[in-house]
Amino acid sequence: MSPRVTGATALRVLRQLRHDPRTLVLIVAVPCVLITLLKYVFGDSNVFDRIGGPLVGIFPLVSMFVVTSITMLRERTSGTLERLMTMPLAKLDLLLGYAGAFALVAAVQASLVAAVAFGVLDLQVAGATWAVILLAVENALLGMALGLSVSALAASEFQAVQFLPAFILPQILLCGLLAPRDEMAQLLYWISWVLPLTYAYEALARVTQGLYGPELAAYVLAVAGFIVAALFAGAATLRRRTP
Amino acid sequence: MTDSAAVAVDGLRVRRGGRLVLDGLSLKVARGCVTGLLGPNGAGKTTLIRCIVGVQVVESGTVSVLGEPAGSPQLRARVGYVTQAPSVYGDLTVRENLAYFASILGASPGRVEEVVETVGLGEAEGRLVNRLSGGQRARVSLATALVNEPDVLVLDEPTVGLDPVLRRELWEDFHALAAEGRTILVSSHVMDEAARCDDLLLLRDGLLVAALTPGELRERTGLDDLEAAFLRLAEEGHE
Repeated sequence: MSPRVTGATALRVLRQLRHDPRTLVLIVAVPCVLITLLKYVFGDSNVFDRIGGPLVGIFPLVSMFVVTSITMLRERTSGTLERLMTMPLAKLDLLLGYAGAFALVAAVQASLVAAVAFGVLDLQVAGATWAVILLAVENALLGMALGLSVSALAASEFQAVQFLPAFILPQILLCGLLAPRDEMAQLLYWISWVLPLTYAYEALARVTQGLYGPELAAYVLAVAGFIVAALFAGAATLRRRTP
Repeated sequence: MTDSAAVAVDGLRVRRGGRLVLDGLSLKVARGCVTGLLGPNGAGKTTLIRCIVGVQVVESGTVSVLGEPAGSPQLRARVGYVTQAPSVYGDLTVRENLAYFASILGASPGRVEEVVETVGLGEAEGRLVNRLSGGQRARVSLATALVNEPDVLVLDEPTVGLDPVLRRELWEDFHALAAEGRTILVSSHVMDEAARCDDLLLLRDGLLVAALTPGELRERTGLDDLEAAFLRLAEEGHE
C-alpha cells in the first residue's frame, strides 16, 4: 500500500463527483429539504427535536451507501477494476481512497445539513453540533463500507439501487429512531442488536441528549468495528483473478 | 530456457462458464518483437491474454512473464494491459484518467502529455471520456497502458473501430516500442494486421494451430493472402 496511490484514488473519486454536479447538489440538497419537511410535518410537537438531531447524522450514511455501491458496481462493469487489479495498487489503496473521498463529501454534507437544521430551523439538541457532524462522518464511512461490500452482490445498477430499501430501510425502522427499541417485540429487539445502524443511532441519540460518557464511547467504537468488518468483507470481494 | 521468451505458456487449461476454453495450450512469445495473436472469435485469445496479465483463474498449467509467474506483484508495473472494451473512467477527462493511472504506475507527470500526443488526442485531452467517440475512447484506454512504458504490452484487439490512418500510426508505435526491446502481444481477428507482425500465433478452439512469421505462413501454404493462408491452416488442423 502506498500513500501516493491512496491519495491519487481519493482525488480520482472526488474528480468523478465534481464532473457530476447534479449528484453533488442532490447529496447536499435532499437532506436539507427532508429535514425542513420533517419540521413542518410534525409542527409544534417535540418529534422534530427528538429525531432531527440523529437524522442529521444518518443522512450521510444513506447517501454514501448508494453512491459507493453504484460507483463500485461501475468500476466492476466498466473493466476499470480489472485493469486496476493488474496494476501496482493494493486493495487497501482503493478502499482507503474511497473512504477519504467520501469522508470529505460527508463532512461537507453534514455541515450544511447541520447549518440548516440548527441555524435556520432552530433544531434544539443538548449536545454539541460539532459532535453530531463528527458522528455523521463516521456514519458516512459506515455507509460507504456497507455499500462497498454489498456492491459485489449486484449484477446491475437496478439491483444496486434496490439494496437501499433492502439493507438500509429495515435498519432505519429497527434502530430506535422511529420507535424505542425496548418497546419492540422481543425478536425485533434482539435483531436490532446485530444491525450496525442501531449502534450509529445510539451514539447519535446520546450526543444529541448531551450524554457524553463511556456508553457513547462504546457505541462509537462499535460503529468503527462495523466499518472495519465491512471493509474487510469488501476487500474480500475484490479479486485479482476472476473465473 | 524460459528467460529468452517474454511470455512462456505451458499446458494451460482454463475453464470459463463451464466451457473448456484453453485445453493444454503451450506457446512462447519472443522478447523485443511484435507478436500477433490471431484466430476466429471464440478461439480463446482473450482468455489467454487474461492469463498472461494474471486476472484469469487457471485450472492447470503455468504462465510465466519475464521469468516470473504471471500476475506476480513484481510484474504489475512492468506489464501493460489494454482490454478489448475501453476500460477507463467515462466521468473523467482524458487527462484526469491518464494522470490517475500514471500516479498508480509511478510514471512521471510529463508522460501524460507525451502519450496524449502518441495516441493523437491532444485536442480532446480536456474532454470527458463519455463525450468522446468510440475510437477516441479506445485510444484513451490504449494511452493508459503506454503511460509508464511497460516492458511487456498486451493488447486485446486494440485497433477495432479505429480509422486506417491511426491504425497505421499505432502499428508504427508498436514497432518503435519493440525496437526499444519491449515485447508487444496484439490479438486481432483481422488478418490484414497479421502482415504487420514479426511473429504470429494462430489459435483455434483453444489450441495453437501454428507459430510462425507472416513469411513462413505464406510459404507453408503457398498463399499470398494471409486470410486465405490462415483458413487453409485452420482446415488442415481440422482434418
